[in-house]
Amino acid sequence: MSPPAAESYLSDGRTVWSWLTTHDHKRIGVMFLGLTLFFFFLGGLFALALRIELLTPGRTVMGHLAYNRMFTLHGVTMVWLFMIPAIPSAFGNFLVPLMIGARDVAFPRLNLASVYLYVLGASVALWGMFEGGADTGWTFYTPYSTTTGTAVLPVLVGVFIIGFSTILTGLNFIATVHTLRAPGLTWMKVPLFVWAIYGTSIIQVLATPVLGMVLLLVALERVVGAGIFDPARGGDPILFQHLFWFYSHPAVYIMVLPSMGVISEAVSAFSRKNAFSYRMIVYSTLGIAFVGFFTWGHHMFASGQSTFGSGAFGAMSMLVAIFTAIKIFSWLGTLYRGSIAIESPLIYTLGFMFFLFFGGMIGVAYATTSLNLHWHDTYSVVAHFHFIMVGATVMAFLAALHYWFPKMSGRCFPKKLANGAAVLIIFGFIATFVPQFLLGNLGMPRRYADYPPHFQSLHVASTAGASLLAFGFLVIAAYLAWSLRYGAAAGDNPWGSEGFEWRSASPPPTHNFTTPPEYPTGPHEYAREEVPHAA
Amino acid sequence: MNELLRRLFFLPEQGSTFAVKVDHLHYVLLLTTFAVAVGIGAVGIFFLVRYHRRTASDPTPRVVAAPWMEALFIGVPLSLFLLWFVLGFKQFVWVMSPPQDSLDVYVTGKQWMWKFTYPGGPSAIDRLVVPAGRPVRLLLTSRDVIHSFYVPDFRMKRDAIPGRYTDLWFEAPRPGRHLVLCAEYCGLDHSQMRGEVVVLPPADFEAWQDAQRRNLPVAALPGARTPESMAVRGERVAAAQGCLQCHTVTGAPHIGPTWLGLYGRKEPLEGGGVVLADEAYLTESMMDPLAKVVAGYAPVMPGYHGRLSAEDSGALVEFIKSLRPPRPGVTAAEEPVYVPTGR
Ligand code: HEM
Ligand SMILES: [Cu+2]
Repeated sequence: MSPPAAESYLSDGRTVWSWLTTHDHKRIGVMFLGLTLFFFFLGGLFALALRIELLTPGRTVMGHLAYNRMFTLHGVTMVWLFMIPAIPSAFGNFLVPLMIGARDVAFPRLNLASVYLYVLGASVALWGMFEGGADTGWTFYTPYSTTTGTAVLPVLVGVFIIGFSTILTGLNFIATVHTLRAPGLTWMKVPLFVWAIYGTSIIQVLATPVLGMVLLLVALERVVGAGIFDPARGGDPILFQHLFWFYSHPAVYIMVLPSMGVISEAVSAFSRKNAFSYRMIVYSTLGIAFVGFFTWGHHMFASGQSTFGSGAFGAMSMLVAIFTAIKIFSWLGTLYRGSIAIESPLIYTLGFMFFLFFGGMIGVAYATTSLNLHWHDTYSVVAHFHFIMVGATVMAFLAALHYWFPKMSGRCFPKKLANGAAVLIIFGFIATFVPQFLLGNLGMPRRYADYPPHFQSLHVASTAGASLLAFGFLVIAAYLAWSLRYGAAAGDNPWGSEGFEWRSASPPPTHNFTTPPEYPTGPHEYAREEVPHAA
Repeated sequence: MNELLRRLFFLPEQGSTFAVKVDHLHYVLLLTTFAVAVGIGAVGIFFLVRYHRRTASDPTPRVVAAPWMEALFIGVPLSLFLLWFVLGFKQFVWVMSPPQDSLDVYVTGKQWMWKFTYPGGPSAIDRLVVPAGRPVRLLLTSRDVIHSFYVPDFRMKRDAIPGRYTDLWFEAPRPGRHLVLCAEYCGLDHSQMRGEVVVLPPADFEAWQDAQRRNLPVAALPGARTPESMAVRGERVAAAQGCLQCHTVTGAPHIGPTWLGLYGRKEPLEGGGVVLADEAYLTESMMDPLAKVVAGYAPVMPGYHGRLSAEDSGALVEFIKSLRPPRPGVTAAEEPVYVPTGR
């Protein structure tokens, strides 16, 4: 790979060693990007295997044990090795210092440590998965996880280690945003992507330790028979669910908040408009980070939890949903009277908004409590979180990948092809997950290797959609790989964006800025004429 | 209309009174979602066409939402969501509170089958027989890991948890057959853990139950098993496990409180508070006796976790429920009378 700009972070040391020992937030971001893409590919292969098995009732290509291990592999890989680090650790690392006019993050060496912790954790977890093959699902529900004969322990330990990587990244961003903003960049001028990463970091630092604790307790239970969650030893299996979801509901916001930040940037850049309501986005980001901690019981309406408790958790869930609704309105308002460029990031953005809306509304329906009793633990839930995690987060990830590809590599990619691939991905997504939503309505439980025959036609439709989706990803991988080498030089700001990160060269020099940037206004101010509001 | 929407959304048959209620809420929510989605899509497409970029340097105005718009964007969805929540939660409270006159059936999940036990005697594997038009309350527990009893036609599921009882009630208005699935992942054959609810006309149900009680071979129902009633079994277990060394069935206090009339009583607790002696409390007292100690008694009872099978603990509960103080003029009911816990 030969970078077009003579002086950039890419040309500053070309040996592998210079990458492995770098403290440069941009190189660390690029390394995380490479690693998460690799795990996304792996997780995708596992998903395809699942979809193929589900083509027919009964055995298609694998037995029950293999299927159960496969969905555990898929879930663990996608959640902890891809979703959680993807946007914050890759794009966050690369962009946050650039966006706030800093030379690097607050703790560059901790930043490098988080890469190694991530690789170590991922290796331990994957080794465990291939050696003994845990079959618990990514949720590790007790007492199944404490009694099954498969190798749960290495997976627990691996995820535990990755948790530290997440915490370090979060701490680093909080310190960076507080202490390293350039002079003149006040809080209410900070780009919305940075706000999103900041909100995410708060959740990462507060929630991940709870995951660490609960994984450790399950490990203790398996190794020394601690008996905390095992009813056969006087423990309480439901306690596990409370602890697990106390982490994992906030964790779904770790997965989705950064993607909302990406969309806030992309909507403005591709419509040449300031955010319709900057402050609503900021406050709803913080609102999600806070209220997200009080909704975990909505995963346990059918567990015998008290009726009053379920009501309280349902009502709190409605509040979190409001924060998401507010953002959708602001993004839509941003398009109003803009100059909208139909580029791949914008196409993904539109897909994102639609799927986030649908996924969120299914969530709202679950939070009415009475409807949940039918949908809980069926394919409806599978569709709900894939709408959010694939329909929204992966779309945003792709938008980010395309929007910032020239920033990171200094190259352009074939735009027409990219637009085509974006449309393909969106249709592939709809074809894969709308049938799953209907399967849930029909009563198909999740985590089934086998199913009664009346569910088959919808499964076939879903598998067909998944193949389309897989094809779309291959196209993207092909042209991006090609562009890394042969893409035309992009110039410093190919999209004409007023996002702060574009004020440095593309690709940026090692120290980011040659002259200190100034911040007379907030980000994405394109206007020549002032219009007070839309009325 | 109901039928049309049900098919449109791929919902299965409406096999319970709850299914009809909850489906209506479902339609309202989904139709609103679609309407708003179409609205958002239309606005998005309109903006895309109307404000499509013409030259690279199109001027754009600076537009910021006015405070009243922000208030509207927050207020409208919030009121809608809260309205739905109120409607849904009302149904939820209703469906979480079993009616007094329901027929009790004990359900035990184990890898990978369902066992149904009737207090009056028979038990069956993977086939639950109930009368139409009468509320049925299931008392669920598990012998190993967590399972979830799920009947899509009833729009209803509840987890079966080892060492605890949870309950679920339903009323099937019409005779019919409904698929039972396990909805909580429970290992290798999770997807094979299926069963069936058979809803019989009330008269047929009585006949079936009589036949079961008289231990007649009923060829049509192969799952049927031993007719020993749960209460009788419970008495046997209580003697064998030594319960009766500390608890009396005569009303006299001993080392522990008497079991006579215990079920449904409000017990004062050591350290303040009272607890209603329902199935959940009775089970907890066997498994974790020191969690709630009745005022005036020493915390000496051993825990029976791992020493009582799910069947045995259920049988003990039924035995305790059968011990009610004689009241003049009232003959003991055939089925134990359930006192709602008021949760
Ligand atoms: C915006 C990002 C969201 C993400 C990433 C997300 C993710 C998830 C995930 C992963 C699950 C399934 C957990 C499991 O069973 O393994 C889930 C379930 C659920 N979500 Fe969301 N969700 C989001 C938004 C919402 C919203 C806005 C609401 C409520 C208003 C909501 C309500 C629920 C409920 C109630 C469940 C439980 C369903 C059940 O298991 O029966 N979610 N969500
Ligand atoms: Cu949640």
